[in-house]
Amino acid sequence: MLVFEKSRPGRGCTLFPPCDVDVVTPSDKDKRESELHLPELSETEISRHYTELAKKSRGVNDGFYPLGSCTMKYNPKINEDMASLPGFTEIHPLQPEHTVQGCLEVLQTVEKYLCEITGMDRLTVQPAAGAHGEFTGLMLIKAYHESRNDTKRTKIIVPDSAHGTNPASATMAGYSVVSIPSSADGCVDIEKLKAVAGDDIAGLMLTNPNTVGLFDKNILEITKIVHDCGGLNYYDGANLNAVMGVVKPGDMGFDVIHLNIHKTFSTPHGGGGPGCGAVGCKKLLADFMPAVLVEGDAEKKFVKPKHSIGEMKAFYGNFLVVVKALTYIKTLGKEGIPQACKNAVLNANYMMDKLKDIYTMAYDQICMHEFVMSLEDLKRKTGVSAMDIAKALIDNGMHPPTMYFPLIVHEALMVEPTETESKETLDDAIAVFRKLYEQAQKDPEALHMAPVTTPVGRLDEVGAARNPVLRYKWK
Amino acid sequence: MGKYIPNTDAEQKAMLTEIGFSSFEDLFADAPKEVMLKGELNIPSGLSELQVRKDMTKIAEKNVIFPTIFRGAGAYRHFIPSIVKSVITKENFLTSYTPYQAETSQGVLQSIYEYQTMIADITGMDVSNASIYDGASGAAEAVAMCRERKRKKALVSALAHPDTIATIMTYCHGNGMDVEVVPAKDGLTDVEYIKKHIDQGTACVFVQHPNYYGNLEPAREIADITHEAGARYIMSVNPISLGILKSPREYGADIAVGDGQPLGLSIAFGGPYIGFMSCTDELVRRLPGRIVGETHDAKGRVGYVLTLQAREQHIRREKASSNVCSNQALCALAVGVYLSAVGKEGLKEVATLCMSKAHYMAKELEKIGFKPEYKTEFFHEFVTVSDVSSEKALKALEDNGILGGYPLDDKRILWCCTEVNGKCCIDKAVSILKEVK
Repeated sequence: MLVFEKSRPGRGCTLFPPCDVDVVTPSDKDKRESELHLPELSETEISRHYTELAKKSRGVNDGFYPLGSCTMKYNPKINEDMASLPGFTEIHPLQPEHTVQGCLEVLQTVEKYLCEITGMDRLTVQPAAGAHGEFTGLMLIKAYHESRNDTKRTKIIVPDSAHGTNPASATMAGYSVVSIPSSADGCVDIEKLKAVAGDDIAGLMLTNPNTVGLFDKNILEITKIVHDCGGLNYYDGANLNAVMGVVKPGDMGFDVIHLNIHKTFSTPHGGGGPGCGAVGCKKLLADFMPAVLVEGDAEKKFVKPKHSIGEMKAFYGNFLVVVKALTYIKTLGKEGIPQACKNAVLNANYMMDKLKDIYTMAYDQICMHEFVMSLEDLKRKTGVSAMDIAKALIDNGMHPPTMYFPLIVHEALMVEPTETESKETLDDAIAVFRKLYEQAQKDPEALHMAPVTTPVGRLDEVGAARNPVLRYKWK
Repeated sequence: MGKYIPNTDAEQKAMLTEIGFSSFEDLFADAPKEVMLKGELNIPSGLSELQVRKDMTKIAEKNVIFPTIFRGAGAYRHFIPSIVKSVITKENFLTSYTPYQAETSQGVLQSIYEYQTMIADITGMDVSNASIYDGASGAAEAVAMCRERKRKKALVSALAHPDTIATIMTYCHGNGMDVEVVPAKDGLTDVEYIKKHIDQGTACVFVQHPNYYGNLEPAREIADITHEAGARYIMSVNPISLGILKSPREYGADIAVGDGQPLGLSIAFGGPYIGFMSCTDELVRRLPGRIVGETHDAKGRVGYVLTLQAREQHIRREKASSNVCSNQALCALAVGVYLSAVGKEGLKEVATLCMSKAHYMAKELEKIGFKPEYKTEFFHEFVTVSDVSSEKALKALEDNGILGGYPLDDKRILWCCTEVNGKCCIDKAVSILKEVK
């Protein structure tokens, strides 16, 4: 039942004291006339309402969540505690600098650590999410070419295996997108890249390891081809968990990078945000960075980069998310960062190895932190699709992997276990996958019906889009 | 060193062996030798939880927490009911992903659907999205929504928040729209300027109300001028003000945006906050970001899904209406809980308290020589001019644990009051200022 249907006139919480000064209200020209319908509820009812909704939600805390490309690792509890310290939550963003030295230290330290991990020279945490970071990075590339009066560069190269945000961000930055097909091994097709590299190319956007979970062997050649034609290399950090502490994107030839702090650095996804899409860059782009950067040692202060692209949003980013990331990096340190990465890769390879005798792997070779299965054969033989398996996993206590992505693999299921899962959890998940494979041969009908243990079954998404009902309406 | 890896070293080794590898290095065989990191990262060693807690607490203590704040300018300290934190720290919400798997995410989806309904209700608009990063980026997305093949110019009021204007500029530099800033006149957006500069190439007019100085704009008049020219009208509003001020719909807006921070989110050095966006039915398919809709399953049970995804980047790629993927879902949850807790009467109450306290403070300040710069009506922020330098005045307050208004220049200060500022604290601030020469 919706919160509005639980509302009863006259109920409520006692939150505010009586007014201790003369009451002032707007004059008629600005006075609200339309009625408000916000619910009227006691605190008991509100509390129970949201507890009920919480029961119908599923987080990493509820169990295995191998959602490929999303890095659903465990979210340490101390991160939340540190982000709740009043010394962070009660600070106004426009306080004088000498009263926010702690906040500046957080920003400066995070910048230093993340630059070291990624091989970049400067870093901003202003962008609020990965896609926001992509847009920021592309605006840096644009500012760079503009500063050189190199205005003929109107195109960004994006592989067809890329996240949808890459081409969408390129369009927002005013670029046209050159999509290049992947080669048979799922990596960048060098010949196709060479064919499009020219003096109209502003840059390349690349995820490495890529979205099929493979480290591109030719990475140095790829970034060189782009540099040689005068373009810059953009690193989509969605998969940084697979290389952090082991390889630095800066050493692979990338000039600008975004990180998904809410993936790699353990901050929770919150049902879709808030995240943080930190953007790092090499020296040649540092003067164009957005917003402000922190300088100084004993006395820290904000400094505006010389030729800044401006603001991406208000203030300094999702600051409390940054506090959580700093807590995490301090905890892991120089030993723990590579160890997390290596175990993420180990867990993925372990699961892949234990499934590849029955499930078809899109690319049967060493994977990085995730692997992609193609259920095309299974579907042809039994009628059971990637969707059916995904939904049946829910009935078996697991969150499904990412489905139908990347687009270049048919009937794709993309599995990313992360390093924070134990061998038993992986073994249990493997057993479930194997059981469902058997079931697909014997009783495919049952899988078409899944899930059956959830409050609702599969929902009519086509109907939802055709006749959108996007809000409750009062009678 | 801290870690969150359950498997022991011995278990890790056994797993490696079991799948045919002799070491971790084997797993990275595809990476060229020359890019592999040699040696360690140049960051400190990892720490125990106890040490990290001490470290982070020490950093937090280097900040000054002001018990009393009269500064707004885009970030507002309001009272946050305890129920808000109690709900948003529930792990099922906190640690869940974007609700792509609807059957196992009905709670998150319903909470967003309720949030959308509440935003539509307070703004008076037909539909709302599931949130955007903050008020400034929401404003920039709204401007981009209005673009037509022959309409590429945005008229943006100079009295929007400076970060909002700057963000609109950044986005428009990307997408190729032209931004023309409408100057201020006597603390309000210059309506005559809009009349002169609006034309067939104008996509939208953007106004903040109450504006950056807290003043109430001639919002209805601007709506009429905008619509007469065939352009769209975007209003950025303070959500608390909607308890007593006309909704953007009542003023004639096509799109309403704003920052939802005042609705249950702490000031937190600037974030995370939340951008809300709502619009008329006509524009729904241009709305960026996630949208939740109601539907049903095969048995007829009502459920909620992410919908109208044909607008979005993962389907449309370079033709998408926006690149938004992650948004501020947990903040939307906080807003939903806050609005449920205050209810329709509470929102009026808190808005009235804010407006009344600000007017009281303005009156008291005027008595001691901090005169209101403008004669216009205002909500809970206002600008004073005085002979005393802003720096001196604010320093005197700071020495008494009070964060005064935001200095606009050496003589002008932008003040803000909310329901948390009691009369006694206002009186105290005024008495301190009275002594500043």
